[in-house]
Amino acid sequence: MIQIGLIVNPVAGLGGSVGLKGTDGMVEEALRRGAEPLSNERAKTALRGLLPLKDEAVIYTGSGDLGEASARSLGFETQVLHETSGSTGAGDTRALAKKLALRGVDLILFAGGDGTAADMYEAIGEKHPVLGIPTGVKIYSPVYATTPAAAGELARLYLTGFRSELEQAEVLDIDEEQYRLGRVDVRLRGYLSVPRKNRLIQGRKAPSLLSEQAAADAIAAAVIRDMEQDVCYLIGAGTTTYRVTERLGLAGTLIGVDLICNKQLIEADVYGSRILELAAGRPLKLVLTVTGGQGFLLGRGNQQLTPAVLQAVGKDNIIVIATQLKLASLGGRPLLLDTGSEETDRELSGYYKVIAGHNRYIAAKAE
Amino acid sequence: MKRIDRSKKVRTGFHQAKWDEPIIFELSTPGERGVSVPKASAAVAAAVGDGISDLPDHLKRKERVNLPEISQNRVLRHYMRLSQMTLGADVNIEIGQGTCTMKYSPKVNEQLARLVADMHPLQDEDTVQGMLQMYYEMDLYMREISGLDKFTFQPGGGSQAIFLMASMVRGYFESIGEADQRTEVITTLYSHPSDAAAPAVTGYDIVYVQPDPDTGLPDLEAFKAVCSEKTAAFMVANPEDTGLFNGHIKELVDYAHSVGALCCYDQANGNAVLGVARAKEAGFDMCHFNLHKTFSSPHGCSGPACGAAGVVEKLIPFLPVPSVEFDGKKYRLECDFADEEHGVSKVRAFMGVAPVVLRAYCWIRMLGPNGLWQVTKTAVLNNNYLFKRMMSIPGISAYYEDGNNQRVEQCRYTMEQVTKDTGITSGDVQRRMMDFGMHFWTSHHPYYLPEPITLEPTESPSKKDIDEYVDTVAHIIQECYQTPDIVKAAPHRSTIHQVDERWMDDPDGWAITWKIYNRKYK
Amino acid sequence: MKKGFPNHPYIPNSVPEIEREMLDFIGLESLDDLHKNVPDTLLFKGEMDIPEAFGSEYELRRHVEELFSGDGDCKKYLNFLGAGCWQHYVPAICDEINSRGEFLTAYGGEAYNELGRFQSQFEYQSMVAELVGMDVVNVPAIDWPQAAATTCAMAHRKTGRPQIVLPAILDPEKRAIIENFGRATIEFVTVDCTEDGQIDIEDLKKKVGPQTAGVYFENPNYLGVIETRGAEISRIAHEAGAESLVGVDPITLGVLATPPEYGADIVCGELQPLGIHMNYGGGLAGFMATRDEEAYVNEYPSRLFGIAPTVEPGEYGFGDVAYDRTSFGDLREGGKEYVGTQAALWGLTAGVYLATMGPAGMEEVGQTCMQNARYAVKKLNEIKGVRANSAGGLFFKEFLVDFTATGKTVSEVNDLLLSEGIFGGKDVSAEFPHLGQQALYCVTEIHTQRDIDRLANVLARILA
Repeated sequence: MIQIGLIVNPVAGLGGSVGLKGTDGMVEEALRRGAEPLSNERAKTALRGLLPLKDEAVIYTGSGDLGEASARSLGFETQVLHETSGSTGAGDTRALAKKLALRGVDLILFAGGDGTAADMYEAIGEKHPVLGIPTGVKIYSPVYATTPAAAGELARLYLTGFRSELEQAEVLDIDEEQYRLGRVDVRLRGYLSVPRKNRLIQGRKAPSLLSEQAAADAIAAAVIRDMEQDVCYLIGAGTTTYRVTERLGLAGTLIGVDLICNKQLIEADVYGSRILELAAGRPLKLVLTVTGGQGFLLGRGNQQLTPAVLQAVGKDNIIVIATQLKLASLGGRPLLLDTGSEETDRELSGYYKVIAGHNRYIAAKAE
Repeated sequence: MKRIDRSKKVRTGFHQAKWDEPIIFELSTPGERGVSVPKASAAVAAAVGDGISDLPDHLKRKERVNLPEISQNRVLRHYMRLSQMTLGADVNIEIGQGTCTMKYSPKVNEQLARLVADMHPLQDEDTVQGMLQMYYEMDLYMREISGLDKFTFQPGGGSQAIFLMASMVRGYFESIGEADQRTEVITTLYSHPSDAAAPAVTGYDIVYVQPDPDTGLPDLEAFKAVCSEKTAAFMVANPEDTGLFNGHIKELVDYAHSVGALCCYDQANGNAVLGVARAKEAGFDMCHFNLHKTFSSPHGCSGPACGAAGVVEKLIPFLPVPSVEFDGKKYRLECDFADEEHGVSKVRAFMGVAPVVLRAYCWIRMLGPNGLWQVTKTAVLNNNYLFKRMMSIPGISAYYEDGNNQRVEQCRYTMEQVTKDTGITSGDVQRRMMDFGMHFWTSHHPYYLPEPITLEPTESPSKKDIDEYVDTVAHIIQECYQTPDIVKAAPHRSTIHQVDERWMDDPDGWAITWKIYNRKYK
Repeated sequence: MKKGFPNHPYIPNSVPEIEREMLDFIGLESLDDLHKNVPDTLLFKGEMDIPEAFGSEYELRRHVEELFSGDGDCKKYLNFLGAGCWQHYVPAICDEINSRGEFLTAYGGEAYNELGRFQSQFEYQSMVAELVGMDVVNVPAIDWPQAAATTCAMAHRKTGRPQIVLPAILDPEKRAIIENFGRATIEFVTVDCTEDGQIDIEDLKKKVGPQTAGVYFENPNYLGVIETRGAEISRIAHEAGAESLVGVDPITLGVLATPPEYGADIVCGELQPLGIHMNYGGGLAGFMATRDEEAYVNEYPSRLFGIAPTVEPGEYGFGDVAYDRTSFGDLREGGKEYVGTQAALWGLTAGVYLATMGPAGMEEVGQTCMQNARYAVKKLNEIKGVRANSAGGLFFKEFLVDFTATGKTVSEVNDLLLSEGIFGGKDVSAEFPHLGQQALYCVTEIHTQRDIDRLANVLARILA
């Protein structure tokens, strides 16, 4: 029996149609403006892609519009693991996600937006296979399929073994308040494991997750191999950089910046002036990876690295790491700098010899 | 009788041979024999016994080899059937395997290559004067074609030739005391994976220069940013697998030379430039040609092959031995002139693959200098004709199409628009092509261009062949929009249907031999 | 003079009218415009000094036949050369199959349109696996030396240890290839051989330790000697946590024990004896073989074809097993070594040979080789001053012949033999000076009693 988890954030997407950029804290305002809840309709579109598996699948979900109604309306065998009290919220997403992960379902489908993805990460971390059905207003996180129908198709391929690879995709979140004011401030909230959908690759001669993981491990090993005595290393945010910390056996952070010296953790999750304080005049190097989908090197998910810190490090001491696939996905576009200081952006622009394996480098331009 | 309608443009009636032939072990009948084997004479047996009794028990094979027992006729039939289920270049319009230069392999060369079947590589020089002359003259021809100063035919394939070039780079820098300093080899993403993988085996770090997103050519500024006194060599194809000739190649080569690095030219795509552009004029220090591609020796299911590697004067001491020398009267094998300490004495046993060298010799002699030039011109003409026709198919396009850099001998197309519209991938279309007795190759990995199709017509197909090929692609692209399920489920008229490959990466599921298949799947 | 070669039989579109039509279609004036992106500085403006083309296919044939007419081969001459390339009988069916155009001109298609290529390679893998007593065999490598180099590298990668032990008796060319291939990461250590040509166990114990990735030895070795203490060598390697690496001549395995029976972890060897003509050395092709364990399979650089079901019940197809290992996968140079064109046609041929020979044929050919070689040793030892297999080791088809006591060098003897239409054994006096004037002779199933008697008679006469 195939076990499918389903979580619908019924209010996701509510704001969009009535000119609100997101729904965080705005549900009532949206409903007042006459918004129609569409999340369940979109979730059903995805579920239709799973109809060929109906006889061999059971859907575990939450009561009512948390998923039960949609699943039953299409005739799936449905079991409710979580009852909602009536007005659903982020608490329901998190509680249901935990129960589904505990149950060990094969794949959790969740319908929502960036905020929902962040809730998923908070509840179950980056290990359990999940896949987002895009129903929210703003979706920056690549944990979502491009359309609800694509989510259904990818889920079917994954559940039937035709696409068995998982990749860790970023959970990004924008501060909606700022977004409503026209300012984009993307934060990296974490990672989720999703079936690989990257169409750079296809058929069986495609890389397994193994090869991406192996590449990331090789990169981490190369960074550690080249570490110098008494130099402070700032390890930036992201899975690729986190492998360096992991490989050293240090309790660093996945989405924060950690400071390391002589392969020991000085402090995790450091920020701005604190970095300069801790480095205390010792030479400082910075290990960065590409974050934020569009190829940002700085300014998305690593705002801890303030212009002052970056000035102290200097271009020559920035070590950029990324797998070849990740770089290839940029199609030759440059890596982007958005430090908040034009002067700093200018100073850090130019070519980097990106470490892409234990003996592999790729020349890449940042601007 | 009514006139038979022959107006059809594509082979909708094609079906590849499908014999439903068992795995050879399934053909076994105890007692059947395929061939009778020479026995020792009675006198020999009387003199030395059965031969195997001398062996202590622990050195004797315990059980008979579990090979199938099959009569000769049935073995032959088995393999004849397998051959019929193999779409070699002799039977299809072979323009789909881009980068592979699948040109016609003349049959007279096959027959002549068999002249050397029973020659032993250690025969006395006096008994191989014709053979040595052939090698010697091939060296001279390759010098003319490349402008370089000496060639070896020892490498048994293109990748081994690249490995040899990387080994010679190392030897050279050892000889001038810079081996410790020069730890990197620069290559490009559109060069063959072996241009990175083979130098990595010799211990080099690999630095990639990515293509400029507009021109597709290696980014000169990026190249300069990473090329330094740490660079041992720049290893690159030109044209690269995109079929774009890099007119600025000499600027990269000159820059590499200015920091003391060597430049190695992967001429696997040499069919684009015979008699037109040479390694010498571009300033390269070494190059290699695939005699099994550009010089017509057949690919043999993937070898035997020959990667002919050439060098400039100063690198001759690093070439492997033996080389063939001629004193005006006699050809002889010279084993000693390599730089004893730093030269690469050997990468393959003996003198490489002589029949492949001989086929290339025959091919060159049937073309002469004018013919070689014609080969390249027609190959490029064919490709540009193909290109224009391919680009007129809705949904097919190519990157780096700014109008200023026309393709030479091949092109990597993309059908990403078709994929966006229909969800059908180039892998799906690849399988569907087989329903019409044709095929194509997508791309090396990783796919840098989405939904790739890499085509290289060579000089061999006629205009009619190219037209049929394009008509077939167009027919299938139309199917993608009209009857997508047929394409997705293809092939239908090839030998077999879609392979379920989900066990191929699973150690508990894969079956690399019949023995393992039977062990895992009782 | 106008360039080009109109109406060339290999170039259909060199027909001037068609050429013009195609140029018009793409909007170019002349053939020169096809390379407009080749800048003037790079254009080759000279003439290639290559002979003008023959006027006909017949002229080419005459030329090449005449070029080779003065050459000898092992049909014209009676051949006793081996040393890495051996004369065995090639059943007619082997040539028939490997000259089929469908196989000869196939390359990189898929299992759908080239099922026969995939299946024949899978069957070759399967039959060699049976012959050597292993589970997994790769599609062919370039030759035995390359297969041995990869075998050492596989052990090095698998164990993460730096040293490989090579035997003192090893083909010097093969040693050069192995060392050149591995030198970036592997240290090679040599273990002595005893007087009878086998590995010196006491010295081996000294050379093997926690730094050892593997011990490589051959059976029979370069000088023809069968290693009788393989199990002990393997045990010493295993006790140190190292791999036992064994090179074999597969044609011996109808009668000799398989390497895994004496502890081999990775087996490699030369396919050429299995139905492939010597081709002046062009007939070589290597193989590797291991158990079906992930740790080994993941170290192969070459493609491995696995059988798989298709969506059609009862139908099978093939695919690439663990493709990402290879440099064809996304890892490129991060994969294992590199993949390229090697020697697949010879793998196909070895498969045809093994299917034709069957278990009985492999046993018989082994026995005939051993009998004939023993007979030759016996006959040669009857000649004054000649000592064949003087160290007394066990041998299969190759053995040393010592001419030191005749007062003649091997080179002189071989010159005299040549004038009698005989290729004497390979002169190894320069490679192994301490052995004196010795030659490595090869006697196989193709030698008749008369051939061997003739060698003995001629030698007796010219040495008298």
